[in-house]
Amino acid sequence: MPARILIVDDEPNIALSLEFLLQSQGYEVVIAHDGAQAVREAAAFRPHLVVLDVMLPVIDGFEVCRQLRADPAQAGVRILLLTARGRAAEVQRGIDEGADAYMTKPFATRDVVAQVNQLLARGA
Amino acid sequence: MLTGSVIVLASFLYVGLLFAIAYYGDQRADAGRSIIANPYIYALSLAVYCTSWTFYGSVGRAATSGIGFLPIFLGPTLMAMLWWYVMLKMIRISKANRITSIADFIASRYGKSQLLGGLVTIIAVIGIVPYISLQLKAVSNSFSIILKYPALSTPDSQATIPLLADNTFYIALLLAVFTILFGTRHLDASERHEGLVAAIAFESVVKLLAFMAVGVYVTYVLYDGFADIFSSAVEYPHLRKLLEFGGASVDYASWASLTFLSMMAIMFLPRQFQIAVVENVDERHLKKAVWLFPLYLLAINVFVLPIAFAGLMHFPAGNIDADTFVLNLPIAQQQSLLTLMVFIGGLSAATGMVIVETIALSTMVCNNLAMPLLLRLTMLHLHERADLSALIVGIRRGAIVGVIMLGYAYFRLAGEAYALVSIGLISFAAVAQFAPAILGGMFWKGAGRRGAICGLLAGFAVWVYTLLLPSFAKSGWLPISFVEHGAFGVHMLKPLELFGLAGLDDITHCLFWSLTCNIGAYISISLITRPSFAEQIQAALFVDAHLEPGRQRAESLRGDASVNELITLLGRFLGQRRAYDAFAAYALKCGAKSAKELKPDADLIHFAETLLAGAIGAGSANVVVASVVQEEPLGIDKVMNIIDETSQALAYSRQLEQKSRELEVATTELRLANQRLQELDRLKDDFVSTVTHELRTPLTSIRAFSEILHDNPALEPVQRAKFLGIITRESERLTRLINQVLDLAKIESGNAEWHTGETNLIEVIEDASSSTSQLFIDKSIALDLQVPADLPSISADRDRLLQVMLNLLSNAAKFCHDTGGRVTVRAALVADGLRVDVTDNGIGISPDDQRVIFEKFRQVGDTLTQKPQGTGLGLPICRQIIHHFGGRLWVDSAPGGGTTFSFVLPRDCLAPAGDSSRQFGT
Repeated sequence: MPARILIVDDEPNIALSLEFLLQSQGYEVVIAHDGAQAVREAAAFRPHLVVLDVMLPVIDGFEVCRQLRADPAQAGVRILLLTARGRAAEVQRGIDEGADAYMTKPFATRDVVAQVNQLLARGA
Repeated sequence: MLTGSVIVLASFLYVGLLFAIAYYGDQRADAGRSIIANPYIYALSLAVYCTSWTFYGSVGRAATSGIGFLPIFLGPTLMAMLWWYVMLKMIRISKANRITSIADFIASRYGKSQLLGGLVTIIAVIGIVPYISLQLKAVSNSFSIILKYPALSTPDSQATIPLLADNTFYIALLLAVFTILFGTRHLDASERHEGLVAAIAFESVVKLLAFMAVGVYVTYVLYDGFADIFSSAVEYPHLRKLLEFGGASVDYASWASLTFLSMMAIMFLPRQFQIAVVENVDERHLKKAVWLFPLYLLAINVFVLPIAFAGLMHFPAGNIDADTFVLNLPIAQQQSLLTLMVFIGGLSAATGMVIVETIALSTMVCNNLAMPLLLRLTMLHLHERADLSALIVGIRRGAIVGVIMLGYAYFRLAGEAYALVSIGLISFAAVAQFAPAILGGMFWKGAGRRGAICGLLAGFAVWVYTLLLPSFAKSGWLPISFVEHGAFGVHMLKPLELFGLAGLDDITHCLFWSLTCNIGAYISISLITRPSFAEQIQAALFVDAHLEPGRQRAESLRGDASVNELITLLGRFLGQRRAYDAFAAYALKCGAKSAKELKPDADLIHFAETLLAGAIGAGSANVVVASVVQEEPLGIDKVMNIIDETSQALAYSRQLEQKSRELEVATTELRLANQRLQELDRLKDDFVSTVTHELRTPLTSIRAFSEILHDNPALEPVQRAKFLGIITRESERLTRLINQVLDLAKIESGNAEWHTGETNLIEVIEDASSSTSQLFIDKSIALDLQVPADLPSISADRDRLLQVMLNLLSNAAKFCHDTGGRVTVRAALVADGLRVDVTDNGIGISPDDQRVIFEKFRQVGDTLTQKPQGTGLGLPICRQIIHHFGGRLWVDSAPGGGTTFSFVLPRDCLAPAGDSSRQFGT
């Protein structure tokens, strides 16, 4: 049974590229376009990993991260934060909120895939 | 029998007797057994009020106006009833402050003001001069009449007689010598003259006896008692009128003003102040004087009407001046002894007045005029002099001669034009000017120095203009036209009918205007000026004098002046021996064995100052003593200065507080400015961060799909085309974003290039709609242009306006629903310029979002369906462009109810009408 991955990004094209990359790796992928939708999808989809953009409408990535960590039903979910800003303070806050890894946009597709594989392998 | 030599001899014998009494009085005083320390002497000496004017003039006035002579005596009688309250307070104040004269009193009250003291002195001297000339006239007249004994006569005008042939001149000189001998034989620290008071009391007895002798003789020898005289007088119709109150020349205004004037005179004439206040030995004497003095006045007036009627009946021809009835009645009866007695009585009344008056005036001239000036002008010189007592005595003697000679000069200039009474009243009116400053000063703490000065100046000026100058004019010394037609020919300025006030006699008229101006200025200036601390202290001292008798001493001096220094200092003014004696007496009183054992404490220095004040006045004494007493605080004035300085320091400290508050405000402003700068810095960081994010987002897509295409050569053509399309669009977005960021930065920094020229807005709208037509066609949106053809052309940058229109149109298209979309563009001339509305029927914008859409990178839209394709910079740029032209851009919208973006370009942008019509014509 393939691992389930939730992609959260308000940029449809970025979400589309990530979906293509991860589906090519054989993962089951669901896309959410804002924070609130992400929380709902996570509850229904029970992902093993969430690729989470920080700058999101409605609820930002940090808040989504915090809510997932606070939910016992989501215990063990891996969270990979993506951000276009990449400031040190944001990296620290992401780690504090419980993110497992952190990557800045624009990313190299191979790095994203490698990072996802690694995170899922660690959790298995 | 009554030859000239007999008369002169009798006169000198009489004056010699007065000297003897004065000498005896001084001897007794030095021996500590005062002969004047009883209320009867005090009351008699107060009768110095009755001068030769009373002696001769009352009868003269009674002969013309019946009981019209009475107010001059009614006033003092009324005033005497107030003495126990007013005069007592004056005495207490004066004793506590060693007041030497009425000028000193006023100066002391208003913060020891030397200016005020000088002013009062000048007013007193000028005001009293006519009065002194009156005495000279009376003595001279009586002398020339008695010389012709037993012939009856009325003296001729003496103004035409050469100076050296004028016996009045010699009388004046003799009076000056008498006065100098009486008043300045020695310089007394307290300025009290016991011998003089005794002599004055004696002369009061003499003049009373002389007058009553004539009265008794006329009433009981010539006639058979009062009833006989009056019943005889009634036989004459013109005499009967004199007996009726309200008849003849008596009117109520004159009565009231004369009564008031004499009330003031008994209080404020310098000689009355001298006798009643300065020479007062014991304030309890006042209790008896309150009824003894009116009794004296009654006695001396009892026979006025009988003598007047007898004179009028004896000399019906009118060739004998009524002022001389007292003398001519005994002459007509060949009563030589009685005649001589009357002459001596009149001489006595005149000399008594002149002596006391000029002593009082000379004290004022010396203490309040000469000494302050000398101390100021030649301070160093005076300090070098070992003994100033000779100088002071010299000044006083000079002042005495000067005042009497002024009186003589007035007599020569104006004396002939008036009866005795009128001349006296001129002086009464002058001293009445002191009333507000003195009475106000004693009962009103708010009275201030400036108010007193202004009041006195105003009252005095009016007095000079309405009484003194007309008296000169009437005697021909000034052109009479100024009296008849007013100064400069202005009727309103007629001295005797000032501002049209007619129908009053000269005196009442002058009194009304002078006191109105005086009191008005005194009160109003006092109210609007704030008294100095020195004035406030003195004011309290004077006003509260009644409350704390004997405790009115001013705050004392303190210092380390040695006793010897003080004795030496005072010796320079009083004479060494007198100074030493005074200190020895003080030492005895304090229980010390000698002056050397005295401690130079505050009391001693105060004693020294008051002792000196008697010689040179309070103000000067304060300065002089302070010059020796080195250690501060020196005295009340100095304390006052220090307090003033303290209040200055307080004011300075208040200024500092004010500055400190201002600094705080400035600091707060700086802090706020700094916060604003930090905020701007943060905003700039945010902006850079946001731009970075916005640039990275399309870049991320481009890179991701480029790598996917590179890594997956076997992709299906459809998918490959889709990915390539994304790369292209994201590249375009990136380019647009970069251009707009640069564009906005240029506009905001003012570096943008503006190609302003004549622009046809209709063309701009049409160009914009055709450029965006594909968007409308794609979503089947109806575009409706409602632009009137006669819209004037404007002066603006065409490309920038096009940019705005493109942005608004594409926004409108973007937010329209997929079906049934409609966009309307309206343009119209409105009141404030040219207005353009772009309206869609799309999803609308919530009020919250409306507030932020003009901020950078704040895009709104339904992200669930589709992310808006803008950069988030379009509207901010549009707004900057419209603002550049002086217009405004705003939005009206309701969620679900469509949106209208509107802008107005101001009328300044409208091109001249001629150009626009030509442009539209082509």
